[in-house]
Amino acid sequence: MNEFVFLYRGGQAGRSPEQAQQVMQKWMAWFKELAEKGHVKDRGQPLEQAGKLVNGKRKTVTDGPFAEAKDVVGGYTLILAKDLDEAADLSKGCPILDFDGQVEVRPVMKLNM
Amino acid sequence: MELSEHLFRHEAGRMVATLTRIFGVHNLSLAEDVVQEAFCRAIEIWKFRGVPENPSAWLMTTAKNRALDVLRRERTARTFAPELTRQLESEWTLAPTIEEQFGPGAVKDDELRMMFSCCSPRLSEEAQVALILHILCGFSVDEIASAFVSSHAAIEKRITRSKRVLSGSKKLFDISGAEDLARRLPAVQRALYLLFNEGYHGASPEKAVRVELCQEALRLTDMLLKNPLGATPSTHALAALMSLNAARLPARLDVSGNLTALAEQDRSQFDQTLAEQGLRLLEQAATGPDVSDYHVEAAIAWVHTSAQRTEDTDWATIISLYDKLMEIRPSPIVALNRAIAIAQREGPKRGLDEIHAIQDSERLTNYPFYHAALGELEIGSGHLEDARDHFVVALKLARNSMERSFFEHRISACNEHKTYRETPNL
Repeated sequence: MNEFVFLYRGGQAGRSPEQAQQVMQKWMAWFKELAEKGHVKDRGQPLEQAGKLVNGKRKTVTDGPFAEAKDVVGGYTLILAKDLDEAADLSKGCPILDFDGQVEVRPVMKLNM
Repeated sequence: MELSEHLFRHEAGRMVATLTRIFGVHNLSLAEDVVQEAFCRAIEIWKFRGVPENPSAWLMTTAKNRALDVLRRERTARTFAPELTRQLESEWTLAPTIEEQFGPGAVKDDELRMMFSCCSPRLSEEAQVALILHILCGFSVDEIASAFVSSHAAIEKRITRSKRVLSGSKKLFDISGAEDLARRLPAVQRALYLLFNEGYHGASPEKAVRVELCQEALRLTDMLLKNPLGATPSTHALAALMSLNAARLPARLDVSGNLTALAEQDRSQFDQTLAEQGLRLLEQAATGPDVSDYHVEAAIAWVHTSAQRTEDTDWATIISLYDKLMEIRPSPIVALNRAIAIAQREGPKRGLDEIHAIQDSERLTNYPFYHAALGELEIGSGHLEDARDHFVVALKLARNSMERSFFEHRISACNEHKTYRETPNL
């Protein structure tokens, strides 16, 4: 098994409480399924929308948010999969996709030379 | 940890009610923004860490912390609830005040206070119902529009206008004054009654939606019963009427969500728990000298619910109850229901006479079930062609696919009967 990172972007929309609850339940179901099949190494963490950006040699610090809401990474998960294709396939069940969001699937670089 | 059904909706109502109490009614939209933020935060965190042990408490605490942020940040720019101004000004009293305002007792009152505030005489009855659904039950504009089979634009206009009226009022309704509360109580009962009817007789073809509206009306009426001033005999009668009718709802809507004619209802599907609860409430309602229209309607519902089979229904009692209802709250709809009961007891011909004698019957001409009732009684009288014509009119007025298919079935039943009857003459 190889390690991959799922980075979640966007997928935020003004929703009614009922829809919000449904979204929540979809996420729970999705993670549960992935975990039962042994694909979840670490469920990960959510990230705050606001932050700071430190730039270049001069180390200038600017406030976030840095981009449009849809481009901000909202959280990450560590996934175990056979290969990149399987990892990408697993991401297709992510509820964020129903709300115009994005999952970026990136292999964690291996240490073997 | 699983989320209980509609948890977010109910929490939305509680949070908005409490935040509005603290921020002041003029800051209603600020309260709604804070609630929205609390939900967004919950989703973001729960996704990764799982749903907490007590999701309601988690949401309330998040709302409380957000409220503190807002109060600190906007203290100079905004005014908040006038009766709390002093406590909110000083950092010493701010946190303890907020802590107290979010206590379980205070929160319970907040929902009731909001319910009474939504039933302002400055709002029409339909605006009150929409506002209650929106604020206390967490229904979005789209969800209300779909439940009422109305357009998004129409409901949005109604909600926006109602919110403007509500947030333009000086303060929230004061539920501690017995006299004021008693004066506003009938409007609140009426709004809850209409909310229930929207589910029970409503236009939405979705069974789940209809059941939900009935459940929400019951939940809010229960809240009213928990307040000593709200728990009057008529409120008990209202709760009884809702429980007894809700007990019959599963049989009224068959598996495909179709309306089922009274005679064809499967009584084994009646919800016995609700029926028993309804009877208990009805007994509790019978404690004073006053007989409200809710008492009478609850009694009618009880007679229907308690009959083992449709043919066992005590129509004589139902007719006398409708007579009583015509005295207390006369309306063409009540008269129509009375006529149908008379037809059950004395035959379709008598029923038709009664329907034709209804005053203001022109107010019923857009009501599909008026024409359907005429159709049923004409079938009973053997006038299949007349019956068919009535169902054709009903079909044109049908408000959704469920009603349409119900009337289509009645039309084809008329056609089949006709063929059957005419065959021997060929």
